[in-house]
Amino acid sequence: MAKSKEILRGAEIFCRALKDEGVKHLFGYPGGAVLHIYDELFKQDAVEHILVRHEQGAVHAADGYARATGMPGVVLVTSGPGATNTVTGIATAFMDSIPMVVFTGQVATHMIGNDAFQEVDAIGITRPCVKHNFLVKDVKELAATIKHAFYVATTGRPGPVVVDIPKDVTADSCEYEYPTSVDMRSYKPVVKGHPGQIKRAAELILSAKKPMIYSGGGVILSNASEELTDFTRELGYPITNTLMGLGAYPATDKQFVGMLGMHGTYEANMAMHHCDVLIAIGARFDDRVTGDLDQFCPYAKIIQIDIDPSSIAKNVPVDIPIVGDVKHVLTDLTALIKASKNKPDTEAIKLWWDQIKEWQSIDCLKFDRTTEVIKPQYVIEKFYELTNGDAYVTSDVGQHQMWAAQFYKFDKPRHWINSGGLGTMGFGLPAAMGVKLAFPDDVVACITGEASLVMCIQELSTCLQYGLPVKVINLNNRYMGMVRQWQEFFYAGRYSHSYMEAIPDFVKLAESFGHTGMRIEKTADVDGALKDALAMKDKLVMMDFITDQTENVYPMIASGKGQHEMHLPPTTDRELA
Amino acid sequence: MRHILSLLLENEAGALSRVSGLFSARAFNIESLTVAPTEDPTVSRMTLVTSGSDEIVEQITKQLNKLVDVIKVVDLSESRHIERELLLIKLTAKNDHREEIKRLVDIFRGHIIDVTDSSYTIEMTGSGDKLDAFIDALDKKLILEVVRSGVSGIARGDKAI
Ligand SMILES: Cc1cc2nc3c(=O)[nH]c(=O)nc-3n(C[C@H](O)[C@H](O)[C@H](O)COP(=O)(O)OP(=O)(O)OC[C@H]3O[C@@H](n4cnc5c(N)ncnc54)[C@H](O)[C@@H]3O)c2cc1C
Ligand SMILES: Cc1ncc(C[n+]2csc(CCOP(=O)(O)OP(=O)(O)O)c2C)c(N)n1
Ligand SMILES: [Mg+2]
Repeated sequence: MAKSKEILRGAEIFCRALKDEGVKHLFGYPGGAVLHIYDELFKQDAVEHILVRHEQGAVHAADGYARATGMPGVVLVTSGPGATNTVTGIATAFMDSIPMVVFTGQVATHMIGNDAFQEVDAIGITRPCVKHNFLVKDVKELAATIKHAFYVATTGRPGPVVVDIPKDVTADSCEYEYPTSVDMRSYKPVVKGHPGQIKRAAELILSAKKPMIYSGGGVILSNASEELTDFTRELGYPITNTLMGLGAYPATDKQFVGMLGMHGTYEANMAMHHCDVLIAIGARFDDRVTGDLDQFCPYAKIIQIDIDPSSIAKNVPVDIPIVGDVKHVLTDLTALIKASKNKPDTEAIKLWWDQIKEWQSIDCLKFDRTTEVIKPQYVIEKFYELTNGDAYVTSDVGQHQMWAAQFYKFDKPRHWINSGGLGTMGFGLPAAMGVKLAFPDDVVACITGEASLVMCIQELSTCLQYGLPVKVINLNNRYMGMVRQWQEFFYAGRYSHSYMEAIPDFVKLAESFGHTGMRIEKTADVDGALKDALAMKDKLVMMDFITDQTENVYPMIASGKGQHEMHLPPTTDRELA
Repeated sequence: MRHILSLLLENEAGALSRVSGLFSARAFNIESLTVAPTEDPTVSRMTLVTSGSDEIVEQITKQLNKLVDVIKVVDLSESRHIERELLLIKLTAKNDHREEIKRLVDIFRGHIIDVTDSSYTIEMTGSGDKLDAFIDALDKKLILEVVRSGVSGIARGDKAI
């Protein structure tokens, strides 16, 4: 006899569906439209609710959690201002293809469109920055919609999904059953690559004389680091990663030539410019990577592997497109290459490596190590050494973000967590909080700048409440350094509104939130301070490093310039190669 | 180049705004857009006329396909197809003009579907070019109101999308 299904209220269905979906953590902030749900959350313990201090923080925390674990981040906020406060976080996740489900409360269905109290058109506002969104109009659709939301967020090219739930839907009741599978006629992500295209790619790859592997965030999203490493080692070819791809291939490996793009290494960008076969893997030819499109990879035949057809040939024409999941495509491609009678042209590849080594020898990341004033690069280098490269590092946006990307050598995927596509200041601290929640035993640090840090500083309270002792490394240059750098280079040093006046005392600020603060002003003290901070395992330590105010990020390709047209640090003797 | 895209999409409240929002957000052209439910009430059929280089139209097609509500996209202009548009036009039609307008409507195979002492309302279907030609042939001073439906299209032959 079939067991009769339980009749539950919408709010109960919400909690049960999250539990049945396997959700462990929910980042949220209450309000009128979601009070029925909060009441149910109170009565259960399957899902742990983390109370943030601002809805933007909830979304960034869920985002950091998702990037570090590969599981979808989950958020619950109220209608109106609760919903609008999530928009920056949703757009951040959207640009970097992060799986996330955001539940927004909504006014009751019969009030929608009436300018009711705390009503906004959350579906309309978020439409351009979500993978998809749903308005639940009937409690009978609630469970299935939640299932669909998680399915869409986590499959294919991942992304944030918003589910807008009117208050009356959470009060109404119906039979509860959580669907076990989903079939959508309008949404069928591709997984396997086309065998004919993979075969053509293998032939081109093996015929290359100056090959280059350019891999991105898609490898991390696909959990395909092992496949990428296997593929790259089999060939012996040079590899570069985008900002989003760092850690997908071990940075300490000898085939890795560093990050590419605007602040990439000289060798990575020169190799891109001169290569004859470019193998793009889960990377989307962003303008911070390509520079001037007319000068991009002028000699290369291009292979592009991507799960999203619209990423392929969007900015740059491609010779061999392969639509599919990187993990599957690389497995098939490597197998084909291993089985092939053809082998890489070892002689040509050796000459190519000789050329690359010559580029490497100019040491494009060189900085002055003799100063008493702290160089930001030095702090990151030391932190890297002291953590053996094992830490989870989140970041904000600016110079400090670029230095973190250049000087922390990520050997593992999902350890470098930053906002690349949207470039959202304020991301770092809440993201670190989300990561620490997922990995309480690991070192989680937020490398930030004094301007970015204050944008979501309120989350220090959340860290205290839930015991999330992240390490904050504030590279305090008393400037919006990245803005100041552009003004120095391109606006004749007119530092319009990029100087930070009235900067808080970060030590006292940390203390007022119940944490530990340190101020470090001399190079000689960096090592000891980092060691002390790392030794305080259970403490959130805010390290305020007073750094060189005028240090710039090098190399740099100015916007609209070709990849081979780099500014190098003043310490090197080659300018604008 | 001008392209005529045919779409099947879920007949959901937000589906139309997802499509139109995509075009404005990505600065794609829309010349016309028509949409209505099909024989299956859960599915809508949209005909969208756009223009752009091959690369842009390829992006448009891919971006449309990516929308979760879109079931299928076909570029009708890639093969033999038929397009039709409906024109409703109201003209001042007095004394001596009445005969002349009627003759012109017959030549273009339209119908006069409403008549007053001083006006005609005409219905006409055809390709956009034909409707343009008809409007051009009229004395502009007589035109009171023009309503065009935008293009609907279907492929020739026995294949359905
Ligand atoms: C201040 C600042 C400076 C920057 N400077 C640089 C710089 O110097 N260099 C640099 O590289 N970036 C830089 N960026 C970041 C840049 O803006 C882009 O975010 C970044 O280059 C995009 O990385 P990506 O190409 O790996 O794409 P992602 O945004 O990570 O996209 C991933 C791609 O992989 C695809 N994909 C997803 N899942 C799969 C799967 N399972 N299988 C196959 N494909 C999949 C997606 O469809 C997408 O096309 C900077 C950002 C900021 C804020
Ligand atoms: C929300 C937001 N507003 C503005 C910007 C533009 N912006 C990019 S970097 C930057 C300055 C960052 O300063 P800081 O956090 O001190 O980092 P620094 O560059 O000094 O290391 C600004 C304002 C942004 N990326 N995000
Ligand atoms: Mg700063």
